[in-house]
Amino acid sequence: MSFEIPIGPQHPALKEPISLRMTVEGEVITGVDIRLGYNHRGVEKVAEEKNWTQNIYLTERICGICSHSHATCFVQGVEKLMELAPPKRGLYIRYLVSELERIHSHLLWLGVAGHEAGFDSFFMYTWRDREIVMDLLEMISGNRVHYAINTIGGVRRDLDEGQRAKILEGVATLRKRSEYYFRIGANEPSFVARIAGVGMLSKEQAIALCATGPVAKASGVGRDVRKEDPYAVYDELDFAVCTADTCDVLGRVVVRVMELLESYKMIEQMVRNLPAGDIACKAPRKAKPGETVSRYEAPRGENIHYIKSNGSDKPERLKVRAPTLGNYPATVEMLRGCFIADIPLIFAAIDPCICCAERAVTLVDARNGAEAIVRMSELRRRALERAPKAPLKGNAVWPL
Amino acid sequence: MAALRTVLYLFVYPGILFLFVYSTFCEWFDRKVYARLQNRMGPTHTGRFGLLQPIADFFKLMSKEDVVPEAADKGFFNALPAFGLAVVSTAALLLPVWNFDLAAPGWTSFQGDIIVMLYLLSLPTLILFLAAWSSTNLFSTIGGARVLTMLFGYEVPLFLAVLSPAVLAGSWRLAEIAAFYQAKPLLLLVNILGFLVAVVAVQAKLERCPFDIPDAETEIVGGTFTEYSGKKLALFRLAFDIEMVVASGLLAAVFLGGFPGGPLLGFVWFVLKTLFIIFLLSLIRALTSRIRIDQVISLSWKVLAPLAIVQLLASILLKGFMS
Repeated sequence: MSFEIPIGPQHPALKEPISLRMTVEGEVITGVDIRLGYNHRGVEKVAEEKNWTQNIYLTERICGICSHSHATCFVQGVEKLMELAPPKRGLYIRYLVSELERIHSHLLWLGVAGHEAGFDSFFMYTWRDREIVMDLLEMISGNRVHYAINTIGGVRRDLDEGQRAKILEGVATLRKRSEYYFRIGANEPSFVARIAGVGMLSKEQAIALCATGPVAKASGVGRDVRKEDPYAVYDELDFAVCTADTCDVLGRVVVRVMELLESYKMIEQMVRNLPAGDIACKAPRKAKPGETVSRYEAPRGENIHYIKSNGSDKPERLKVRAPTLGNYPATVEMLRGCFIADIPLIFAAIDPCICCAERAVTLVDARNGAEAIVRMSELRRRALERAPKAPLKGNAVWPL
Repeated sequence: MAALRTVLYLFVYPGILFLFVYSTFCEWFDRKVYARLQNRMGPTHTGRFGLLQPIADFFKLMSKEDVVPEAADKGFFNALPAFGLAVVSTAALLLPVWNFDLAAPGWTSFQGDIIVMLYLLSLPTLILFLAAWSSTNLFSTIGGARVLTMLFGYEVPLFLAVLSPAVLAGSWRLAEIAAFYQAKPLLLLVNILGFLVAVVAVQAKLERCPFDIPDAETEIVGGTFTEYSGKKLALFRLAFDIEMVVASGLLAAVFLGGFPGGPLLGFVWFVLKTLFIIFLLSLIRALTSRIRIDQVISLSWKVLAPLAIVQLLASILLKGFMS
């Protein structure tokens, strides 16, 4: 018996709306259809109407978890357009926050993975320790989520000696805890039974389907922008690209925990070798006409911003490719042939950030499936036309 | 007078009122242990140490809106929660803590009551399946199918494990089995393997982690309970709490030497031993992750069932050796 089950747009396993239509035979999935566009916010259009500085705060709000990734990716691109060279100290602080954000994102993901697998104790432990890094971020920037530490040409806040000591102390605690999680995640029998061999994605498939980030790394593709196209400070740091060759969800857990350990290493290097000097240089109000592509290794994979300038104080076009979008084609392959019970795990294993990846909406006619491009004025006209005839109008008055 | 005693017996002690209070206390204990193992506080707010939290939860659910889906089989859908509660409460009356006389079997303690008990503990599973099926929701249907699939896994090991101490004691009456082991406590050591198998099987029967597959929220939303709300959900939850008390009472009676020392001391033993077993169940719940339905079946048939058979063989051989 083959039937379709809807996962989403509203479902407890999904923190954001997306629709996965699964065709299942008994408990086995035979087909997957991903539908996006439930959370389109028009960020790219808004960006065209704000100036360069305002856009830092807009791009920061693309994502709640990798907020710094988007802001930094944007700022990097703008600095390239303006031909600015931010001072070293500013860059160190900026990428220190980047690595702290990676830690907070990966710890969050580990907890979510535990919860999806029904391992709530793991969830509680990792989220408790995530508070340590959240507190560090709050101490550095004043905020727990949207740090707002970037500015064009550097950062907005400096680090003092006491803060540096506190960061080192927090990282030392976290390193100890992460090693413990590594032992649990890779050894707890019921957890491993749940994640080993689930959501297979071979190395060839990972390359062909353009998987990025920990998904690609877990399939043995050691692709990392920090290593292959080192930006800013990453060529001065000593770190390794973590890969696994198990090609399954277990590999993705292992890669993320290993990345945590690498991040601790980088943070210690950055805090210890923090150069003296200014934290920012003065940026011009306008950028020269031109275009640029900025790449950044976000916790979820490669983040790409394309920025085009026409010489004014506003971008002419900003195009954002969030890492989650790059992982969707691979997800369809990973889900095929798995059990219903594995859907949340496999889907969570790409660490989806759904609204970051919502860059377009397609208008599809529900009756004949025809796609159409419609102007805003036309949409408004249709809405006005429909409103008087709307069937719910009579029910809008609540009976006493 | 006899009628009054029966009414008190059914409704106050050890009937529905006592079971309600004690099972909510056990739920509090379970939640507290689970929370402490996860580095959390657990319930703290309602009542001292949060003791009244499960009761508050129960009454909150009772006062919530009760929705019945239009496509549901209304008769079944409405009747099943009360039926489930009735079944597990009836099972509780058979525990050899209250109202039994070793010399004279009565209507709550008789030859074969262990079989009746196991039967009454199997019924909630079937009720759960029917509840899931009659609510016609897709997620409920999958949950119901999982309930039945799991039943075929853990039921046989549970029966084998629980019945082997009875074989050794040479009786099908819970009170006599308990009395046998109270007289020869060393023989309890023979049944340790069976006890472990039974604890795991009871965990599966109660659908707690790692066996919370039929209502795995991240996979199939509420599973069997997706369409249940308000009073009916409250009754189902209470039924599960009581089932936990009854199942741990059964294990305590069979594997831990029962509840010696008359009504009062026996009751203290009952509380201590059931809490011990519930502690074990909470420990398993905190330390494992949910496994897949196919893994439950292979675990039951490849590990639990052979171990239970080994236990049964050991009991039979020992019995032959002793006589």
